Amino acid sequence: MPQEIVEIPITGKVLSVGIKEGDEVKEGDVLCVLESMKMENPILSPVDGKVSKIGVNADQVVNPGDTVAVIDY
Amino acid sequence: MFGLFETGFASFTPENGIMLAIGGVFLFLGIVKKMEPLLLVPIGFGVLLINLPLGGLMETIVNGQIVEAYAIGGEPAGILARVFHYGLVWEIVPAFIFLGLGSMTDFGPVIANPKTLILGAGAQFGVYAAFFIALALGSAGVANFGLNEAASIGIIGGADGPTTIFLTNRLAPQLIGATAVAAYTYMAMVPIIQPPIIRALTSKKERAIYMKPQLRPVSKLEKMLFPIIGAIIIILLVPKSAPLIGLFTLGNLLKESGVTDRLANTASNAFIDILTILLGISVGAFMSAESFLRPETLMIFGLGVAAFAASTFFGVILAKIMNLFLKEKINPMIGAAGVSAVPMAARVVQRMGQQENPRNFLLMHAMGPNVAGVIGTATAAGIFMGILG
Repeated sequence: MPQEIVEIPITGKVLSVGIKEGDEVKEGDVLCVLESMKMENPILSPVDGKVSKIGVNADQVVNPGDTVAVIDY
Repeated sequence: MFGLFETGFASFTPENGIMLAIGGVFLFLGIVKKMEPLLLVPIGFGVLLINLPLGGLMETIVNGQIVEAYAIGGEPAGILARVFHYGLVWEIVPAFIFLGLGSMTDFGPVIANPKTLILGAGAQFGVYAAFFIALALGSAGVANFGLNEAASIGIIGGADGPTTIFLTNRLAPQLIGATAVAAYTYMAMVPIIQPPIIRALTSKKERAIYMKPQLRPVSKLEKMLFPIIGAIIIILLVPKSAPLIGLFTLGNLLKESGVTDRLANTASNAFIDILTILLGISVGAFMSAESFLRPETLMIFGLGVAAFAASTFFGVILAKIMNLFLKEKINPMIGAAGVSAVPMAARVVQRMGQQENPRNFLLMHAMGPNVAGVIGTATAAGIFMGILG
């Protein structure tokens, strides 16, 4: 099954995670909200699929490249 | 003695009433719509206060007589006249706000991708476009706009409040109320004004161009050298930009030096907040009915949005032109972020980018032109001051 690995694009702090393992997501759904440069930035799902793994928690400080989620589609 | 029994009602004019309504609109936009509240609330309240007659807030002494409204060249007597005079007319407040802004700005994205400096410059074409339109209106006799007034109106297109105030104060101080309010109003309306223009200039495919989020890592040394070398180069090229660029880069150096964190923290918090309060209320208090309710004001607002739109236009067009020569295409929307409304314009691009392509995270790519635009607008102001000041 092809997988989409969604990564953190910039340094920041995860404010909230909107999904759980096993959730079905559609393209454009908010996976998590990243706080960076005094702004709230949603990280969106690039595909329709099912979340097989979540790599971040709320209040976690993250760096570019950290895995947000793995989505099977 | 009679002063104690004088009420403002007798002196209240319909024009005062209109200005109270306008002050109310600014308060509404700031408090309810949350548009640039840090500026629009003090400005709105200042407008309210100055249009309650006989308050004496902007009293100035001209030729030994006390005049109610602030008069350029007079001696300030009222409390807000003094703040306006020694803070704004003496240029201290807007220039030092730039120090605060510099201490909040991260030039990492610009250093990582210097091409974006060009996009920051490109958006300044809107400033010059509005300059020429204002000048044309002046030549046609439609309004009293000479070179100085046209420059002050054009700089609104830079979407930079302190720069607008700084330049207008130097070149056309009678227009400060209108240009300052236009600048801040349009800065707040960036999310409304920019998207339609961006969509009109780009295809869906262009808007969805993916840009890899990873910019190359930028070292502390680079971030420290940037404000120093930048200041030297820019000020040698455009000497009159020294007050704004000089203080802006100092603020940035305070942030990046690593040894002046206390100062950087103060500059980006208490310091800039104090100056913002003083700026807001004195700009608002400048807007008495006589100085604001003139046909020129409406024209300035109209030209302001034209300047702003033109800046967005040129920023996007320049990005598209750059794409003709680039192997790795840039998303042309980031050109719109060359307008120096930081970080609003970058946010607009980020949101539109995600809408068109959920993979895209354009924020850092847009921050490059965004902060380059601040330098661009301050430099444009310096150029105007050098030629006209």
